[in-house]
Amino acid sequence: MDTQPIIDRCERLYRDIGLGSVQAWKQRTGGKAIGHLPVYVPRELIHAAGLLPVGIMGGGDDVEIIRGDAYFQSYICHLPRSTVELGLAGKLDCLDGMLFPAICDVIRNLSGMWQMMFPHKYIKYLDFPQTFNDAGREFYRFEMAELLLELEALSGIHASAERLNHSITLYNANRRALAELYDLRAAEPHRVPTSELYLLQRAGNVLEVGEHTTMLHDYLGAARISNRPLRDNVRVVATGLFCEQPPLSMVRAMENSGCYIVDDDWVLGARYQLGDTPVGDNPLAAIVDSYMSGTVATATRYVEGDDKGAFLVEQVRQRQAEGVIFAAASFCDPALLDRPMGQKALAEAGIPYTSFTYSENTGQVQVIKEQAGTFADSIKLWGAVT
Amino acid sequence: MSSAEVLKEESMVLQKKMLGEHFDTLSKAHENGRKVVYTFVPGNLNELILAFDLLPVHPEVNALQSGMRKLSGDYIQEAEKHGHSEDVCTYVKCDIGMLKKGNIGPTGEKLPPPDLLLLSYTGCFTFMKWFELLKQEYGCPVVMLQVPYQADGRITASQRAFVARQLRDVVVPALEQVSGRKLDEDRLRELLASSARAEDDLVHVWESAKHKPSPIDAYFGGVYYIGPIFTAFRGLPVCEQYYRSLRSEVDYRIAHGMGPTTPEGELRQQKYRIVIEGPPNWTSFREFWKIFYDEGVVMVASTYTKVGGLYEQGFRHDPDHPFETLAEYCLGCYTNRNLPTRVDILAKYVEDYQADGVLFNSIKSCNSFSAGQLMMLRELEKRTGKAGAFIESDLVDPRYFNAANIKNRLESYFQMLEAKRQAA
Repeated sequence: MDTQPIIDRCERLYRDIGLGSVQAWKQRTGGKAIGHLPVYVPRELIHAAGLLPVGIMGGGDDVEIIRGDAYFQSYICHLPRSTVELGLAGKLDCLDGMLFPAICDVIRNLSGMWQMMFPHKYIKYLDFPQTFNDAGREFYRFEMAELLLELEALSGIHASAERLNHSITLYNANRRALAELYDLRAAEPHRVPTSELYLLQRAGNVLEVGEHTTMLHDYLGAARISNRPLRDNVRVVATGLFCEQPPLSMVRAMENSGCYIVDDDWVLGARYQLGDTPVGDNPLAAIVDSYMSGTVATATRYVEGDDKGAFLVEQVRQRQAEGVIFAAASFCDPALLDRPMGQKALAEAGIPYTSFTYSENTGQVQVIKEQAGTFADSIKLWGAVT
Repeated sequence: MSSAEVLKEESMVLQKKMLGEHFDTLSKAHENGRKVVYTFVPGNLNELILAFDLLPVHPEVNALQSGMRKLSGDYIQEAEKHGHSEDVCTYVKCDIGMLKKGNIGPTGEKLPPPDLLLLSYTGCFTFMKWFELLKQEYGCPVVMLQVPYQADGRITASQRAFVARQLRDVVVPALEQVSGRKLDEDRLRELLASSARAEDDLVHVWESAKHKPSPIDAYFGGVYYIGPIFTAFRGLPVCEQYYRSLRSEVDYRIAHGMGPTTPEGELRQQKYRIVIEGPPNWTSFREFWKIFYDEGVVMVASTYTKVGGLYEQGFRHDPDHPFETLAEYCLGCYTNRNLPTRVDILAKYVEDYQADGVLFNSIKSCNSFSAGQLMMLRELEKRTGKAGAFIESDLVDPRYFNAANIKNRLESYFQMLEAKRQAA
C-alpha cells in the first residue's frame, strides 16, 4: 500500500473544520461526541461511556476570524479565538459537550466563557493533579469518578469494568502504534516525513481509536518500504507546540529547511502517558495510577525536584538529535515561561537550540524556514555551538 | 490639620511603620537565625507561616513596589536579556530582574534568599512556572500546595479535602523541617482568630462605599487597605490594630459626609460611582488615579482587592477548623472563581454599590484576570444595563501604559455616562 492515499485522507480530515467525519460517525452509530481541548484528557473514559472523543485544536490557518477577535485582547494566543469562532459559527454544533483540561489560565477561562456561550451543553473543566503524591492521587480518582458518572449520564451508557478494560486495550494499542511511528521516524526520518506524521496524528483527533490505530499500522507498513532518499539533514527536536498547533505549512517549512524533526510535542495528548495502562479488576484506578506514575514532562505540568529540563535533554539523547527548536505559540504562557529553563538545561548539556514564536494561522512561514535552515547550517558547520 | 486628616494619617503611618519593620527584620533575618519563606498573595497561608515563626516574602508585592518606585522597567529588561519572553507576566520578569540586580527590597535593604518556596498554586497558572524559575535561581526546596479551580462556581467536598490533606501531609511537614519546630496548633488557632477580627473590620470598610458620598475609594485607596491583611501581617495584633484604626477613620468620614483622600486632597464632588475589574497599573499609579479624581470619579467596589479573599461574602478564618478554613480560604480567592461567578460578583457590586458603570482595566501580562474579560463586560452590560468601558495597561511594564490613550478613552466614557444620566 502507498502512503499517499492515507495521507490524502488525513489531510481531508485536517481541513474538515466543520467536523463532517464526526457528524457521519454520529449518524452511523447514533452515538454522541464530546470535544476536548489540548493537551491531555483521559480518552479511555470517554470511549468507555460510548462517546466519541474529538480533539479540538483551534481553527488552524483555514478559519477566518470574524467574531473570535471580539472576545480576546490582542495579547491572548490564537487558539481560543479560533475555537470561539468555530463555536459561534456552529462548526462545533455536532459536539454534545466539551472538556477543558487545566493547562493554562486562558483555557481555564475559556471554559467559563463556554459555559456562558453554550449554557445548554455539557461543559467540564478538568483539574489534573500537579502534586504527584497520595493526596493528588486521591483527588484525581475522585475527579475521574465524577467525570465518568457525568459522561455516562450524557451517553446513557454504563462504563462497566469490561467496557473500560476494552477501551484501555484500544488506547494502549494506539499509543504503541504512535510510539512505533515516532521510533521509525527517528531511526529512518526519510521514510516518515514529519508533515505526514503530523497529519496522521491530527487524524486521531476525529477518528475512532481503533480505526486510527489501523490507519497507523497501514501507514507504517507502507512507509517502511517507501523509496524516499535520505538527505543530509540535521536531526532536531521541536518543542513548545503542545497546545496551539502549528499550521501544516509551517511543519512543511521546518522540514524543508534542512531539518529532520526526530521528536516533537504537538498533538501531545495521544502520547502524554508513558507506557500502557494495565487492564484488571479496577480499570478506573488503573487509568488514574498510570497518569500519576508516568507522563511526559511538558510545560503544563509541574516538575518537582531538580531535574527541570532533564526530560528534554534525555529526549535529545534518545533520539540522537543534534539540536532543539523551541517553537512557542505567541503569548503561550506555559511554553514561554518554561523556555528559559529548557534552554538552561540544554546549554549545560552542550546542546544547541534556536527559538521562535508562531501562531496557528502563521502565514509568513518563509521566515521560520530561514531561521530553521540557518540553525541547521550552523550545526553542520560548527556542531554544538549555542 | 483637621482631625480627619489626623485619623487618616494614623492608619497610613501605622502601615508604613509595619512595612518598614518587616523589611528591616527581613534584611537581618539570617543573621538573627530567622528562616524566610517566599510565597504568593492569593491563597497565602500567613497564619501557618507565622505559627512556625517564619518570615514571609511575597514576590508580587516586591514587583509592584518596584513598579511604583520606577525600577521595574530596568528589572524587566534585565530578565529579557536573560532569555525571558516579552510576552509573559511582568511580575515574574520584574522579580527575576530584581534578583539579578542584587535583590534590593523596597526599603533599600537586601532581601534574604528563601529557605523555602511555598508554592500556593491558587488562581494563577504562572505561579507554578514562577517558582520553578526561582528554584533554579535559589536552589532551595519548594513545597507545592495545589488549589483546584472553582470551575462550577462552588467548592466541592473533594476540593476542600484535597487542599486540607496537602496542608497536613505535605505543607506542615515542610514548614516543620525548615523551621526546626513542630506545629503548635493552639498558636495557629490564635492567629486565625485574630485574622477573623481584622477581616470583620475590613468588610466594614469595603461596605462603607455603599454610602453617598463614598468615604473610600475601593480601588486606588483599596490597594493600600489590603496591604496588611493580604501579606505578612494577617493574624498579628498589629494587623487588627491597623484595621480598627482604618475603620474608625472611615466611620469618621461617613459621620461627616466626607469623601476619600486622594493625593490632591479630599474627593468631595463624586460625579460617578464605578465598579472596576482588574489590577491597577503600578508604574503610573498616581497618574492613573488622577484621571479619575480629576473627573470626580470614585471607585466603589473592585475585584482586584479580593484576590486575597472575598470576605464580604461571609468567609472568615475559623480557628476551630484550622486546616479546613485555610483550605476554604485558598479556594475562595477571586481569581480562583470561574467566569460566570466573576460576572455575578461584579453585577452584584453594581447593584449593591449603586454604580453608574463598570470599568475593566485589562492587564496585558495577567491572563488569569484578562482572558475572557471582553465577554464578561458584554454580559455585565446586558445584565445591569450599565455602561462599561475597557482599557488596557500592564502591571509593572512601563512600556504598556499609554497615558494619552487611556485618558482619551476614559474621558469619552465619562461623557457617555453623563449623556446616559441626562437621558434618564
